[in-house]
Amino acid sequence: MRHTLAVLVENNPGVLTRVAGLFSRRGYNIDSLAVGRTENPRISRMTIVVEGDDLVIEQVTKQLHKLVDVLKISDITSEEYVDRELMLIKVNSADQSLRAEIMQIVDIFRARIVDIGRKSLTIEATGDEGKINALEQSLRPFGIREVVRTGKIAMLRGQKSTSMESKEEE
Amino acid sequence: MKLTGAEILVKSLEAEGVDTIFGYPGGGVLNIYDALYDCNLNHVLTRHEQGAAHAADGYARATGKPGVCLATSGPGATNLVTGLANAYMDSIPLVALTGQVATNFIGKDSFQEADITGITLPVTKHNYLVKDVKELSRVIKEAFHIATTGRPGPVLIDIPKDISATRTDFEYPETVNLRGYNPYVEAGQEQINLAAQAIAGAQRPVIYAGGGIIASHASAELKQLAELILAPVTTTLMAMGCFPENHPLSLGMLGMHGTAYANYAVSDCDLLIAVGARFDDRVTGNVATFAPDAKIIHIDIDPAEMGKNVRVDIRVLGDVKNSLARLVERVSAKMATEWQDKIARWKKEHPLSYDQKCGGLKPQYVIEQISELTKDREAKICTEVGQHQMWAAQYYTFTQPRSFISSGGLGTMGYGFPSSIGAQVGCPDATVFNIAGDGSIQMNIQELATAVQYELPVNVAIMNNGFLGMVRQWQEMFYKRRYCNVEITAPDFVKLAEAYGAEGIRVTEAAQVKPALEQAMASSKPVFLDFIVEKEENVFPMVPPGGSLNKMIGG
Repeated sequence: MRHTLAVLVENNPGVLTRVAGLFSRRGYNIDSLAVGRTENPRISRMTIVVEGDDLVIEQVTKQLHKLVDVLKISDITSEEYVDRELMLIKVNSADQSLRAEIMQIVDIFRARIVDIGRKSLTIEATGDEGKINALEQSLRPFGIREVVRTGKIAMLRGQKSTSMESKEEE
Repeated sequence: MKLTGAEILVKSLEAEGVDTIFGYPGGGVLNIYDALYDCNLNHVLTRHEQGAAHAADGYARATGKPGVCLATSGPGATNLVTGLANAYMDSIPLVALTGQVATNFIGKDSFQEADITGITLPVTKHNYLVKDVKELSRVIKEAFHIATTGRPGPVLIDIPKDISATRTDFEYPETVNLRGYNPYVEAGQEQINLAAQAIAGAQRPVIYAGGGIIASHASAELKQLAELILAPVTTTLMAMGCFPENHPLSLGMLGMHGTAYANYAVSDCDLLIAVGARFDDRVTGNVATFAPDAKIIHIDIDPAEMGKNVRVDIRVLGDVKNSLARLVERVSAKMATEWQDKIARWKKEHPLSYDQKCGGLKPQYVIEQISELTKDREAKICTEVGQHQMWAAQYYTFTQPRSFISSGGLGTMGYGFPSSIGAQVGCPDATVFNIAGDGSIQMNIQELATAVQYELPVNVAIMNNGFLGMVRQWQEMFYKRRYCNVEITAPDFVKLAEAYGAEGIRVTEAAQVKPALEQAMASSKPVFLDFIVEKEENVFPMVPPGGSLNKMIGG
C-alpha cells in the first residue's frame, strides 16, 4: 500500500541526503519526494510517498525518527487531506490540425499552455495524482517529448495540521 | 580572549572530561596538533587511523566513557570508516574528529580531500561539517551528547583547516538544544504492568540479554530480575559478562555458536524477555522458528528495534536499567519448577565440549587457561573475529560487564589488537588479552609499535592454525572441503615481536600453556603468544545459517 508521509526536518545542509540515503540503504521504495521550506525558514517539509506494508511503514517512520535532523513525521494516508502535484509536459504539435484538439484537452483538465514552439506545446497542470496521470494519458497519442513532475505535496484538511506546533503523532 | 578553532576544540574536549585521544597527524589537522602541543590531553599515536578508531572504541567499551579519535583529511578520514561502522553496529559511543581541506577548497577535488560526512552518513549516528568557527563548540557539545545518550553510537565532526585556524570568542555551551533528538525515554507504566503480568503467567521464562544491559549499566537489575523469577539468562556476544557465567542461572551465549542448552531453552520457552538486544540473525537463526511457543517481551531504548526482525508481543520502550528496576518492583518471586530441572538436564547432557585427547594443542584449552589465570583479577578480554572469537565467548568464564570486548555486528577482523590497546590505556591496571587468530592479527599488526611505544603490556594470544579458520570451517561444512584461499602464511610472530621491541613466546604443547601465560602476564612489555594449535578444529555447536536454533551440528 502507498503511504503519504509529511516529514518536518531541520533546514540543514545535507538533510535531503540523510533522508534519501536512509531509504536507499534500508531498501525502501520512494514513489516521490517533494521538499521545500515551510512558514518557518529553519524548517523544511518533505512529502514522501512510500510503498510498503504496515511493517515497512513502521520501520520507515521509526528509522526516520532516529535522524537527528528529522523533527516530526506524520503518516497522513488515512486522514482527509488535499494533495497536489505540478507537471510540465511538452507534446508534439507539428501537425497544426491537432493543436485545437490538444487545447481542448488542456481546457478539460483545467491546465494551461505556458509555451508554444513551432513543433511543440508546453502545458502546465496541477492536480492530484489521478488527474495528472489522466492528462498525461490523454496527451500520449500526440507524442510526449518531455515530462517533469514535482511529486506530490499534501496538507491536512480543516483545522488539523502537521506543523511543529500541533501535537506530535507517532 | 579569542581562541582559534583548534584551541576551542581542545578546550571543548577538556570540558567534556576527555583525557585521552587516539590519533594520527597530517596536513589537514596541523592546527589541531599545534593546539595539542600546549594541552594536557593524553594523545596516543597509533600506526594507522583504523587503529585509532578501534582503540577509541576499545577504550569506550572498557571504561564506559566515550572514545575520541582524530585523523587528518582525505585518507586519514577514510581510514576511520571501518572503525566507525564497527562502533555504529555495536552502539559504542565514539566521537571522531577529522580535518578537512579549507572551506574554499571543498568540492574542488583538492589534495587530501574526501567527502567524509557523505561517506560516513550510513555508519554514524550523526555527523557534522563545521563551516563556521562560531558553531564549533556547540557542535562538539552536541556530538558528545548524541554519542553518549539514548542508544549510543559514533558521531563524526569534520573540521576544515581554515575553521581550526580562525579565531572567535569561546564559551562552552552548558546545554544542548536539539528538538529532533529526544533520547530520554521512560517506559510507560502500562507496558511495565503488561510485562509483569506476562512474567507472572509464564511457566518457562528465559531472559535474552544484549549489549544494552552493558550500555545502560543494568547488570545489577538484570540479576535481581533473574533471581526473583528464576529465569535462566542467555547473553548475546555483545553482552558477555553482563550476567556472571558462573551463576547457576547462566546459560552462556545463544545463537549460531551458542551453547546447546541456551538454544534449547530459547526454543522451548513460553516467555522470552529480550533486554537491550536486537534479534540479530546470528542470534535468531530462522526467525520463523525462533522461540516458536514464546510470548516475547522486548525491553529496549530504540523503538526501531521493536518488531524489526521478530514479532514482539509486549514492547517496553525505554532505558533498560530504569525498565528493569521498575519491573523488579512489580513481579513477585517464582518457585522452582520442572523448567529449572529441564535446563539443568540440558546443561548436563549437552555441555560445551572438545576432544582434548586427539590432535595437537586445542585452542579451547588455551582459552580455558586464560580464563583460569585471570579469574581473580580485573581482566579485559578483547578478540579479533573468527573461530578464536567464538571459542573465547564459549570457553572464557565472563563474570564482569565490560570485560569482553569484541566486534559483534560488523565482525571486523583487525579490531581486537587496537581495541586491546585502547582498553589498556583506559584501564592501566587491568590484565588485557587480545585473543586472536593468525589471520586477524595480521590485519592491524602495525599497532604493536604503538603498544611498545606507550609501554602497554597487552598480551596477544594468537591461535595459530595456518588457516582463516572460520572460513575454512564453512568451506569444509558447506562447500565440500574445497579450501579456496584460506591457507594463510604468517611471519614468525616471536621474531616479529622481538623486532618491534616486544616479547614473543611460542607454545606448541598443552603443558607449556600455563607457564607461558604466566610469563606473559608478569611481563611489563606487550607479548605475542604464538600458540601453534590444531589446524582443522571446528567451532561447535553450530546452527547452520538460516537454520533453526534447536537444530545444531555438534550440539
